[in-house]
Amino acid sequence: MRIPILKLRNILLTSIQTDLSDDDALQFQQDLIERTRDSGAAGVIIDITALDVVDSFMARVLNDTANMVRLVGAESVVCGMQPAVALTLIEMGRELVGVETALNLDQAMDRLHDLIGLRSNG
Amino acid sequence: MKESRVEIRGSTDVVTARRDGRDMAKALGFGSADQTRLATAISELTRNVVQYAGSGFCLIENASSLDFMEIRVVVGDSGPGIPDLGEALRDGFSTGGGLGAGLPGTRRLVHSFDIISEPGNTRIEITVRRRRS
Repeated sequence: MRIPILKLRNILLTSIQTDLSDDDALQFQQDLIERTRDSGAAGVIIDITALDVVDSFMARVLNDTANMVRLVGAESVVCGMQPAVALTLIEMGRELVGVETALNLDQAMDRLHDLIGLRSNG
Repeated sequence: MKESRVEIRGSTDVVTARRDGRDMAKALGFGSADQTRLATAISELTRNVVQYAGSGFCLIENASSLDFMEIRVVVGDSGPGIPDLGEALRDGFSTGGGLGAGLPGTRRLVHSFDIISEPGNTRIEITVRRRRS
């Protein structure tokens, strides 16, 4: 199961449309980091609108991915988390620390452009 | 769907088990928050099986009555067991990994949570339940 990663101008756009196993999630993480570096993208958007389970493992993968994207020199925004998923994460005592989030793709795009601007204006 | 039994051996079985849980919750009329709580709890428990016992099972049953809709899930394995249950169930213990990691968080998602664990036999039984409206 490979998650498609689209390049749109200077950003990478990816949408998780299916329930990922742990192995799939780690593969996705690796693919995304490599693609970020190889494409020279300034930012990454991860749309999780269709993701209906974010358990402690997936939360960690999203956290780690955001940090890895930053380490290779780009910005990232996670968008579209379902209300029931947000509720469950907080009830479990987990959250996405250090991950930029947005309501939807539109707002994620705006937020990402702001972050990219901040980084390049230093 | 009356019940589902999934043999847990690897990460794709975790996906199957949590999907079965969600499907049953949906079919019985649980709301989306409860569907997600149950699927997430099953995901945490079955992952522990893969990580610490290697293999086990996940049994999902409709335990509804006249007054309540209810799902009972039993996750079991014959791995090494959780050495200090009290510690494993205490909040704050969950982040470091290790046996029983994540149990306090999982417990908060469900209506009831029962566990027995000894070397060769660990059973965790959870239920989600709502009064019928």
